[in-house]
Amino acid sequence: MYAFDIERPTSVADAVAALKDEDAQALGGGQTLIPTLKQRLAAPSKLVSLTGIADMQGIANDGDTLRIGGATTHATVAVDTADTYPALADLASHIGDPAVRNRGTIGGSLANNDPSACYPAVALASGATIITNTREIAADDYFQGMFTTALEDGEIVTAISMPVPEKANYQKFVQPASRFALVGVFVAKFADGVRVAVTGASNEGVHRWTEAEDALSADFSAGAIAGLTVSADNLIADLHGSPEYRAHLVKVMTGRAVAAAS
Amino acid sequence: MPKDDGIGAATVRREDVRFLTGRGRYSDDIKAFGECAAVFARSTVANGTIKSINTEAAAAMPGVLAIFTGEDFVDVGGNPAGWLVNSRDGEPMKEPKRPVLAHGKVRHVGDAYAAVIAETVEQGRDAVEALEVDIEEHAAVINMKDALAGTNYVHDEIGTNQCFDWGWIEDNRAATDEAIKGAHHVTTLELVNNRLVPNAMEPRCSIGDYNHGTGDYTLQTTSQNPHLTRLLISAFVLGIPENKLTVIAPDVGGGFGSKIYHYGEEALVLAAAKKLGRTVKWTSDRSEAFLTDAHGRDHVTKIELALDEKGNFLAFRTETYANVGAYLSNFSTVTPTFLHGTLMAGNYTVPLVYVNLKAVFTNTAPVDAYRGAGRPEATFSLERVIDMAAREIGRDPIELRRQNFIKPDQYPFASAAGLEYDSGNYDALMDQMEKVSDKAGFAARRAESESKGLLRGFGVNAYVEACGIAPSNLVGILGSRVGLYDAATVRVNATGNLSVMVGAHSHGQGHETVFPQIVADMLGIDAASIDIVHGDTSKIPFGMGTYGSRSLAVCGSAVVRATEKVIAKATKIAAHMLEAEAGDVDFNDGTFSVKGTNRSVSFGEVALKAYIPHDYPIDLIEPGLEETAFYDPANFTYPSGAYCCEVEVDPETGKVRVDRMTAVDDFGNVMNPMIVTGQVHGGLGQGIGQALVEQTTYDDDGQLLSASYMDYAMPRADDLPFYVVDHSQSTVCTHNPLGAKGCGEAGAIGSPPTVVNAVIDAMQSGGKNITHIDMPMTPHRVWTAMNNAQ
Repeated sequence: MYAFDIERPTSVADAVAALKDEDAQALGGGQTLIPTLKQRLAAPSKLVSLTGIADMQGIANDGDTLRIGGATTHATVAVDTADTYPALADLASHIGDPAVRNRGTIGGSLANNDPSACYPAVALASGATIITNTREIAADDYFQGMFTTALEDGEIVTAISMPVPEKANYQKFVQPASRFALVGVFVAKFADGVRVAVTGASNEGVHRWTEAEDALSADFSAGAIAGLTVSADNLIADLHGSPEYRAHLVKVMTGRAVAAAS
Repeated sequence: MPKDDGIGAATVRREDVRFLTGRGRYSDDIKAFGECAAVFARSTVANGTIKSINTEAAAAMPGVLAIFTGEDFVDVGGNPAGWLVNSRDGEPMKEPKRPVLAHGKVRHVGDAYAAVIAETVEQGRDAVEALEVDIEEHAAVINMKDALAGTNYVHDEIGTNQCFDWGWIEDNRAATDEAIKGAHHVTTLELVNNRLVPNAMEPRCSIGDYNHGTGDYTLQTTSQNPHLTRLLISAFVLGIPENKLTVIAPDVGGGFGSKIYHYGEEALVLAAAKKLGRTVKWTSDRSEAFLTDAHGRDHVTKIELALDEKGNFLAFRTETYANVGAYLSNFSTVTPTFLHGTLMAGNYTVPLVYVNLKAVFTNTAPVDAYRGAGRPEATFSLERVIDMAAREIGRDPIELRRQNFIKPDQYPFASAAGLEYDSGNYDALMDQMEKVSDKAGFAARRAESESKGLLRGFGVNAYVEACGIAPSNLVGILGSRVGLYDAATVRVNATGNLSVMVGAHSHGQGHETVFPQIVADMLGIDAASIDIVHGDTSKIPFGMGTYGSRSLAVCGSAVVRATEKVIAKATKIAAHMLEAEAGDVDFNDGTFSVKGTNRSVSFGEVALKAYIPHDYPIDLIEPGLEETAFYDPANFTYPSGAYCCEVEVDPETGKVRVDRMTAVDDFGNVMNPMIVTGQVHGGLGQGIGQALVEQTTYDDDGQLLSASYMDYAMPRADDLPFYVVDHSQSTVCTHNPLGAKGCGEAGAIGSPPTVVNAVIDAMQSGGKNITHIDMPMTPHRVWTAMNNAQ
């Protein structure tokens, strides 16, 4: 680790001000950033911790939509959404291990947009809105590729507005080592249609599988996607799976998510 | 019934009190006054010429005390291989120098070419980054067959990438070829025994100290065998006289083989300590551990099994390429040869075995013994090809094995691979395995799995291995450069408690509990009054260390011999106290008594007399009560076992789940069944890890792709089933005083082929004509195999 300064602001405004310094870096739960620093792969001059900002903590239920503070930990989401959005709670309860879940935050995960992370799948499938200190960004516009989002420098994910579907389920087929998603599929059924988001599979990061959405919107059953095929083009190839394997898993996991949706 | 805390009692591990309450004292926990840090500059390329290293800017960095490069060590020795292996043509193996720091060339990613000594680790890292280094990268030598065919050499000076081309048993080569040529049936299988990263929980750590007042060096280091490390540093590398070097291995958090060996970091911290007059510490981080700890396995094998029309085994023939990495680690030459080839007759009466093994240098981390060391490779090859043969000729795999088993009345049995097995009963193990695994219920369980859309397979394995390495005379003939005895000193203190100094090092095995059980049983005293001292060359007589499941069979036997000497001397003292002839004095349960009388003295009274020798036959018996014994075994020991497991395979994803695992082992006499069961559990976990998840992958440029836990999977609790572990079917080792065989590696030897056999069985049950899948059988691999078979 290289030396850095750290600030722990208690308001979003103070955090935004602190992030104006050159090479300042926002710090959520640090579950990606801290290991990166320890490997000396990043050298921010200053870390601005967001976890002390009360406005960014906790979950509010506005009827059909959850508002989740950006600094809310996975562990809190897992517990506090168990009744309101069980599929989200289930997803959160299977991220990493207890240490990760008690440190890592939803805002940090969405800002990082790891191509194999779980939260981008639920955000995209739920049609969430990413709320920052300056604006609101629809999930469809927010995720822009592997580790790439619509966030500007110094912009902070202060909250996520998450519509609650009628039925939903997340199926994660884990990569054996990291236990990130080798392929993860989140299926969300709303009154006006079905959204299917896929993580872990693509070089473009999280994305929607629109053919499946169309088929499932017409007939919400696992059999509805039987005739579809997933192209292996631009899917991730690594030690743990070929593009063809990932393409196959996208379909298998989608079917299982539909079957398990509740 | 065993005595309380005596031999055979399931005594709770006393060392766990400190391990489980955070009071262990590992090397990195030791903070010396004035300690400074060593940080290594490591190659980021697999093969390169060091054109220049400019240390000027780095030396001027804050806190930097000294910088070493390979140039500083050109006049000291290399780190040697402990075993000379000759090729089939009689040529000695190629033995390029393994320097303290790379000089001239770097040969694998992680190869250290410089070291910075600084006040703090962070300052050292800053200075490493400030080194101006020009390394010209060359194409990497990675694939073994390409390495042998090409002219790009890991070590230019030897002009080949072949370390040796070994044949075992060379005199049987022609006969084996003939037998295979004329056989009724020959089964051929090509397989890979996958490379593994050891991943001890505690990374390596070495602390060097030098006392300018006395000229004494001290090395505290994560070692499985401090005396061996001292010997290597003294006799081969730095030339420090053994009497001026103390090596201490305090609590060590796992080794699995990777901490047997001497590494350059140990020599570096000693040299730096002398130069600076400071204590110098290096602690590996996890990334360094992945890149530089000696890896395990990495064989590519073709095996053939010839059978007659009745299913009798006629011959095994193998052709194996064994990766030794960029340098020869200390046991790297014996592991794929004498610890592997000699086991290639397995549990069978097969008359002919021929093993050809080519050891190959590549631009990868050195490969050496890892839990099981050669025997897992042998068992895997044998038990896979036998399973395949059974399928090809339509025989039940258990029945085919039984037909060819050595029978109980055939011991001692001279195996076709050159060993003399002293005892065993493989049918009894198989009987017990079938019983306790509820093999009879498999069909119902398979039906239940199928109703869930899952394929269920049953896999079986029989193994025999060689432990308790080893008779010095024998291994000397075979090329060992050291003897392989062990030693113990039993010191009875004046007040009747004992310190027992042992050569075996405990880093998870439970010696601190088990050795006192043995001594307590022999002396009839409370085990709690006996403490074990180990891991410090200044405190223990000598020791060859802990590996090859040898601690109990070899060092434990030395403990027995030393305790017998104590009893013999104590009996003489007691005879004097009882005014009797020594021959008339019995020793039982802690009490010396004169035959046929009620006169007796306790062991404690005798101990006190030995140290306060008033009214003592000083002209006949020396005062004191302390005895040392060295024990050199007469043979290897031969643990054996029958394993089975059941797996469920998800045909949609290729995911394998081990549902049931049964290990029935013959470990000879068991000293502490709880610890033995724990050892088997650990071994099974590692074996299942190898079979299913552990994947070490270098790319063509020699970059280790699986260099962290993000890509290298370790088996976790939810990857493993509940185990059925049984060691009721034991036959006694005939040649050591404990009758013990060794249990540390069995689980890792027996389980990988069991799991693979079960997966293949599941594939066949699903109508897939799949005969082999290489380990690790990741979901991707299994799915790919199923997909290709469609």
